[in-house]
Amino acid sequence: MTQMNMIQALNSAMDVMMARDPGVVLMGEDVGYFGGVFRATEGLQRKYGEHRVLDSPIAEGGIVATAIGMSINGLRPVAEIQFADYIYPAYDQIVSELARIRYRSGGDFCAPVTIRTPCGGGIRGGQTHSQSPEAIFAHVSGLKVVMPSNPYDAKGLLIAAIEEDDPVIFLEPKRLYNGPFDGDPNKPAVGWNSHPKGDVPEGHYRVELGVADIVRPGNKLTIITYGTMVHVCLAAAEKAGVDAEVIDLRSFVPLDIETIVNSVKKTGRCIVAHEATRFGGFGGEILSTIQEECFWHLEAPILRVAGWDTPYPHAFEWEYFPGQARVIAAIKATMEAT
Amino acid sequence: MMRSRLHVPRPPARPGEKPDFSYVQVSPAGAAARPDPNAPLSETEFLSKEMVRVLDDNHRAVGPWNPHLAAADLELGLRNMMLTRAFDDRMHRAQRGGKITFYMKSTGEEAVSVAANMALKPSDMMFPAYRNQGLHISRGLKIVDLMCQLLSNTRDMCKGRQLPVMYHSVESNLFSISGNLATQFPQAVGWAMAAAIKGEDRICATWLGDGSTAEADFHYALLFAQIYKAPVILNVVNNQWAISTFQTFAGGEGRSFASRGPGYGMPGIRVDGNDFLAVHAVTQWAAERARTGAGPTLIELVTYRAAPHSTSDDPSRYRPKDEEKSWPLGDPIDRLKGHLRNLGAWSDEQDKAVEKECEEHVNQAWKEANTYGTLTDGPQLDPAIMFQDVFKEETPSLARQRMQLAQELKERAQK
Repeated sequence: MTQMNMIQALNSAMDVMMARDPGVVLMGEDVGYFGGVFRATEGLQRKYGEHRVLDSPIAEGGIVATAIGMSINGLRPVAEIQFADYIYPAYDQIVSELARIRYRSGGDFCAPVTIRTPCGGGIRGGQTHSQSPEAIFAHVSGLKVVMPSNPYDAKGLLIAAIEEDDPVIFLEPKRLYNGPFDGDPNKPAVGWNSHPKGDVPEGHYRVELGVADIVRPGNKLTIITYGTMVHVCLAAAEKAGVDAEVIDLRSFVPLDIETIVNSVKKTGRCIVAHEATRFGGFGGEILSTIQEECFWHLEAPILRVAGWDTPYPHAFEWEYFPGQARVIAAIKATMEAT
Repeated sequence: MMRSRLHVPRPPARPGEKPDFSYVQVSPAGAAARPDPNAPLSETEFLSKEMVRVLDDNHRAVGPWNPHLAAADLELGLRNMMLTRAFDDRMHRAQRGGKITFYMKSTGEEAVSVAANMALKPSDMMFPAYRNQGLHISRGLKIVDLMCQLLSNTRDMCKGRQLPVMYHSVESNLFSISGNLATQFPQAVGWAMAAAIKGEDRICATWLGDGSTAEADFHYALLFAQIYKAPVILNVVNNQWAISTFQTFAGGEGRSFASRGPGYGMPGIRVDGNDFLAVHAVTQWAAERARTGAGPTLIELVTYRAAPHSTSDDPSRYRPKDEEKSWPLGDPIDRLKGHLRNLGAWSDEQDKAVEKECEEHVNQAWKEANTYGTLTDGPQLDPAIMFQDVFKEETPSLARQRMQLAQELKERAQK
């Protein structure tokens, strides 16, 4: 075990996979010589050569399209889109091509491409560097979509994603790169070195896609969340003094319905929390699933905690961000409902 | 006072007007020089303005681009073009008869695919567009297999998931065709980049229409191809029309599509797309560049879409009827026949015999394909197949939906 922050864990995952499989190539803006704007690919071009860690032009559509072509020719590309907010020029290639190649060719071709992209707010990124677009990818059949919330999961999930023969959208909550963040911007930043999930094996291991993690067991309330909000919800549950079970989804597609349903059947109360805008957000899918599977076990309406249905405003980051206060209010409302 | 004025391009002739192809700059056959494939850009730039042509008006092969193909190869090319046309005509009729839902003919554009294929190796990869059936036919895909795809029947390679004409073949190195335009162009570049990364000697070729060059994917493809010197041949099939949209709306007014190539730093060649020999020659030239590490080539194949865009289209609503009869570059099949006749390698008897052979081949295949089912009759695909291949392995939620459908179908059957 080594102490790693999330960037180091991601870097280690790519390093491990590049060493194991000569077909793994990295591409993206600034990822080569410079090592990426968040340093996730630092040192990898030096180690594996500029043919395997490719600096790409600023053309996300071209990055994803050429990654698809490479995968058809037997490589296993890991493409970095510098910010999830920049991914939309590639949306057609992702939705109409990447997601469909296996299906439309009757299983004859497949496109094992991993697209890594930093998402989420909390870094004063304004409306073009803070988005959480998981729902618009999870909605597309043929894509696997995941988001880790800590270094250990980040490395294991990324290795599993690269080893997948299906395309994976790998969303990285950038506010968590350097340390867990409980939603309070006024507290001094903490690193991953004091967090148990900052202990990361140096070699190969997998965190399977489609398996949620119960990060805090409890009996009275289920909080379903992912990404940065995992840490916010943990802190909020602690402050609210509720015997809450907190589930880190980790994976949107495939979705670990069993873990969700078992927990809600046990607690009878549930809130779903995400940073993305509320309307049409992934929370709605969770809620629907719960009411289909657990309706007669529910003791209170399920509430959603989310970003407002506005773009992410630069000046009002902490009014937008669904921090502890918003989570605690939902916890109280859910617990008090009869 | 000076004012700006919006320029809205229009085609030279609309329905009821006299066809006018005076805008098509045609070089005399044999006139364009043939630079070395590895010559610097400045020495190949003229190719984006002139037009490479080999067959002259008397069907003789002239000039430095003559690929000197053996008569047997020319005859094979001709047969594949004739088979493609016979297949197209039969499938168009099948759609009109309600047997298939949709079809797209390649009439008048057969040389674009068949000649290019002949200039490449079977191991080279192709990312076709939807009007490249000549590639599939000349790469030896069975006509019956293509028909099964059109019928979405029990032998459909796409398992009933794709609109007709979206074929593929792993064995024949033909990538799956997308219904979304231009997406294959940068994918082909990625495929070629991978070949270079792996140090293979295989190259890649891809095709799109003049209209599709307006998509960002076209520009990504040229950019990435040139940056990484990918071993790829980028073909723009300029058949003048994108459904009802004339090629000027894709920027073809005043400058050739081939001239986009030098803009990105690669050679662009404008070629007579209805001249089998010229298409073969420029493809070979581009393939040599790709194989020797010189990088990509953009080829504009100047041709004319003699057929409707698809069976859902009626060109008489937007262009003069029989406009193709005035097309200055003639018909690729007639021209190659003329050339073979000149060589004494084609006779009226052969012509009739091969035409009949193609017709019978197609009819025979159609009969067989129908025995594997149609959308409405005969053996049917199990609808549960729709849940396969979304992912490599079925997810639990897909499994649940598959069982739900099975229940639905059971109840439907009981009613």
